Amino acid sequence: MPAVTSLGLLRPIMTWRVAVAIVVLALLGLLPWYAPWLETAGIINQRFALTVMTRVLILAIAACSLNLILGYGGMVSFGHAVYIGLGGYTVGILAHHGLGSGFVQFPLAILLSALFALAIGALSLRTRGVYFIMITLAFAQLLYFVGVGLEPYGADDGLTINRRSDFAGLIPDRGPDKFVAFYVLSFAVLVLVLGLVHRLVNSRFGMVLRGARSNDLRMQALGFPTFRYRLAAFVIAGAICGLAGALLANHTEFISPAMMHWTRSGDLIVMVVLGGMGSVLGPVYGALAFLLLEEFLPGLLRLVLGWLHDGTAAVIGRGPAGALDDWLRLAEYWQIALGAILIAVVLHARGGIDSLLGRAGRG
Amino acid sequence: MKSRLFASAALLGMLAAPAWAQQSIKIGFISTFSGPQASIGQDMRRSVELAVEHLGGKMAGKPVEVIFEDDQFKPEVGKQKSEKLVQQDKVSFVGGYIWSNVLLASLKTVTEDGDTILISSNAGPHQIAGELCHPNFFSTSWQNDQTPSAMGQYVQNKGVKRIYLASANYAAGKDMLSGFKRTFKGEIVGEDLTKWPDQLDFSAEMSKMRSVKPDGVFVFFPGAHGVQFLSQYAQTGLKATIPLYTAFVIDALSLPQLKDLALGVPGAQSWVNDLPNEQNKRYVADFRKKHGTYPSFYGAQSYDTIMLIASAVEGLKGDVSNKDKLRAELMKANFKSVRGDFKFNANHFPIQNFYIQETVKDSDGNFTLKTVGVAMKDAKDAYYEKCKMK
Amino acid sequence: MTLLIEQTLNGVQLGLLMFLLAAGLTLVFGIMDLVNLAHGSLYMFGAYFCATFTGWTDSFVLGALLALPASLLLGVFVEILVVRRLYRRDHLDHVLATFGLLLIANDLVRLVWGPDGRRIPLPAWLNQPIFLTPDLPYPTYRFAVILVGAAVALFLYWLVARTRTGMWIRAGASNRTMIGALGVNIEALFTLVFGIGAVLAGLAGLMAAPIVTVSIGMGDNILILAFVIIVIGGIGSIKGAFIAAMIVGMIDTLGRAMLPDLLKSFLSVAAANTAAPALSSMMIYLLMAGVLVWRPTGLFGARG
Repeated sequence: MPAVTSLGLLRPIMTWRVAVAIVVLALLGLLPWYAPWLETAGIINQRFALTVMTRVLILAIAACSLNLILGYGGMVSFGHAVYIGLGGYTVGILAHHGLGSGFVQFPLAILLSALFALAIGALSLRTRGVYFIMITLAFAQLLYFVGVGLEPYGADDGLTINRRSDFAGLIPDRGPDKFVAFYVLSFAVLVLVLGLVHRLVNSRFGMVLRGARSNDLRMQALGFPTFRYRLAAFVIAGAICGLAGALLANHTEFISPAMMHWTRSGDLIVMVVLGGMGSVLGPVYGALAFLLLEEFLPGLLRLVLGWLHDGTAAVIGRGPAGALDDWLRLAEYWQIALGAILIAVVLHARGGIDSLLGRAGRG
Repeated sequence: MKSRLFASAALLGMLAAPAWAQQSIKIGFISTFSGPQASIGQDMRRSVELAVEHLGGKMAGKPVEVIFEDDQFKPEVGKQKSEKLVQQDKVSFVGGYIWSNVLLASLKTVTEDGDTILISSNAGPHQIAGELCHPNFFSTSWQNDQTPSAMGQYVQNKGVKRIYLASANYAAGKDMLSGFKRTFKGEIVGEDLTKWPDQLDFSAEMSKMRSVKPDGVFVFFPGAHGVQFLSQYAQTGLKATIPLYTAFVIDALSLPQLKDLALGVPGAQSWVNDLPNEQNKRYVADFRKKHGTYPSFYGAQSYDTIMLIASAVEGLKGDVSNKDKLRAELMKANFKSVRGDFKFNANHFPIQNFYIQETVKDSDGNFTLKTVGVAMKDAKDAYYEKCKMK
Repeated sequence: MTLLIEQTLNGVQLGLLMFLLAAGLTLVFGIMDLVNLAHGSLYMFGAYFCATFTGWTDSFVLGALLALPASLLLGVFVEILVVRRLYRRDHLDHVLATFGLLLIANDLVRLVWGPDGRRIPLPAWLNQPIFLTPDLPYPTYRFAVILVGAAVALFLYWLVARTRTGMWIRAGASNRTMIGALGVNIEALFTLVFGIGAVLAGLAGLMAAPIVTVSIGMGDNILILAFVIIVIGGIGSIKGAFIAAMIVGMIDTLGRAMLPDLLKSFLSVAAANTAAPALSSMMIYLLMAGVLVWRPTGLFGARG
């Protein structure tokens, strides 16, 4: 796998952690090829599997971009979803006006997100800590309400995208192949982004960024204009996230202000922290864990409740028929389980999932 | 970890779908089952389950299986759940949808990519009645503008001259105001769009209402918002001085909270629990027996969704594989609606009556709604001519 | 003129309601440096407790009085079970863990109370307007909100600035080890502070309940609002939170009251009708962004 070597993951000796990273990336990358097998085995419909996993990949890209500033730069942006919205709206609005070429849409989405990140970053980076969290939220809310008021583009009802971005016919727009092709595209973008983040954080730029996180004054005293470094990181993160937004709009074939609601920004932070901050692959684990739990936890709980019921039924006999339904319906309260899992991760796995894979503390 | 989750999901699939699943009629149902709007979802699910019960659990001799999914009040989640129902569960019909934005996000997934029938049990954004209409889309509710139009007509007929409008600031809220203005011809002396869904306080708006002294106030505030508005309207003393006219504020879900606050405040609806037809009597009586409360219009529309599906499945003797025949059969609307007469317009929205309802106390002392008049007869929505579908 | 007085009163009243929401958060966040996303959940529980107790006792006042100790118990329970282990962690760990608490709280309420909301009926003497002038009626309950809000502000000022407990709290916030060495039981002290925070959240919830009605997730929306207020005011400053709440209440009310007419004077009616609600939703965020660009640690804040 050339993609993995380019990440430099094979450079250290094979550790448990590296092995897991390779397996996860391989499982993700090869999904379109073994998905038909999953379907024949009766495990999951291949198209649905691709749909769910495409969304995971795209949000993993967004989480990776947030990780660059949050994990390495200590900048907790609570408005990061706004760039998903900007990227998505660029694609949606251009498509609405008949401009369907992805070679125009995507660069514009990235450029626009970068410009907004530049403006927001320049104003926000004067603040620190919780003030930074809240000022980024403020800017995101402002743009969210602009989206809600955009009546020509559906306001809060959103806008359906009738044609996905056209990459000179390379990515089919119709037929069953479109799901496979789009999945492969999303995976390729994710790998590129991971490579880019890895290169960045291990470069001089990344060292300054990390240095500024732990002691900004010392870095300034050493002669580094840390504000500019931090702003550059903020803009790069915004641009990558805008790219994720352009992909997401294509994936859902729909844009709406809900894409940039503050809860989405919160979800991104949760993914990064859950996966493990300041590790290149952490956000991917975080996105996988969070989104797959959201999708499959209710089903899992039903399964567990069913087993419990069968277990007790074997001992005390079956109750009335309706009782089983009511019992299984408890699975609807799956968010209690999700909440408990999050708390458990914080209390017992400092440094998120990545640290569970044999890594002490945060880098 | 991923594959383990998938494997578990598969086990679940096996658990939920016994051997006869191949011949069963599968229906997906999307609604909101978590968060502040979960009470609507609960009412809809209860009505769907009651409909299935009334059908003896079978359509054309085949067992019926309904799979409920929670949209969490988010368009993207609703879309993904719709995708799951169509691709993974391979349902023949998807019903439900409370919210316009969830419906709009899911529409293409179900009707076009999935070539599956979608029947909206509540949401009715104007786009789908007009330019976005689709052969696979049907509605057992109404188009958003219609209910407030009925109210506008009622207010107009009453001779009210000056009216103040207030609505929640989202797409359906704006549809509501434009619907009201379509039939009300008097003077609009003020108009407020409030934050949705998190406005805390309406006192600034109410002070304005008092100062311009209108002959009436028309509002659209669904769910918990309506209870909030009406409580504050009473606390300010406005309820005693300026008559209030509503759409989607007072229903069977908000009445147990509003109680006497709702007395004397009319609303409009295409279904009221006392409509005098046999199907409705049976539905309301059995619902009350089972759950101890009156069903809401959300529930009634969901009940109709299942009955509409049943009529088509029966008409085709259980073979729903041919979509052309299925669409033609659904179009006949050959079922007993709780609304009485029911037929589809060219855009697959119903042609139906709209009633004016008022709050009364029933013989047991519960607050409930009563039909007091017909505001519009055999009404068609205002967008069907924009629909290019044949 | 009457309208202007009335709208000003509306603004003051909304400001004090918001201060109530933010008060508990200022205490816990500003003084213990704990980012508590579950503050909104405690607010929701306060409202549900009050709804239940009001139902049992048929009296809003009794219901409210019973809901306060219930909120305290809940706060102490949560502190001992989870929050206690978070003090030495960084803010992001707080965010993740208390987000977990928030998810649990919403589903737990749905499990216990069901998905339907509750309306708390007010006793007749609170439920009608009083006439300030013959043509200016004003809801009595809003005056109750003003009174309670002002009382809480005074109480907090007194607690933090004038009492020995307040001194310990302030000392504990700046140097945990030192205050421990002085023989103060720091664990119990922090449990107490978190408990007071929970009571204040519960109080805000039950005071808001008759106005906004009780529903699942009611706390999620006010959470952001409460954070906005304490950030504008400057973290750790009760005075700042109070002033910020008043400014936000005022701007929000006057914005909703006047923006539509104001915009109509230089925009078309249709454009004004679209722009006014969007702009009034943005107002408080514009305000916050503006304040933070101008003063990066809020109006009265010293640290970040």
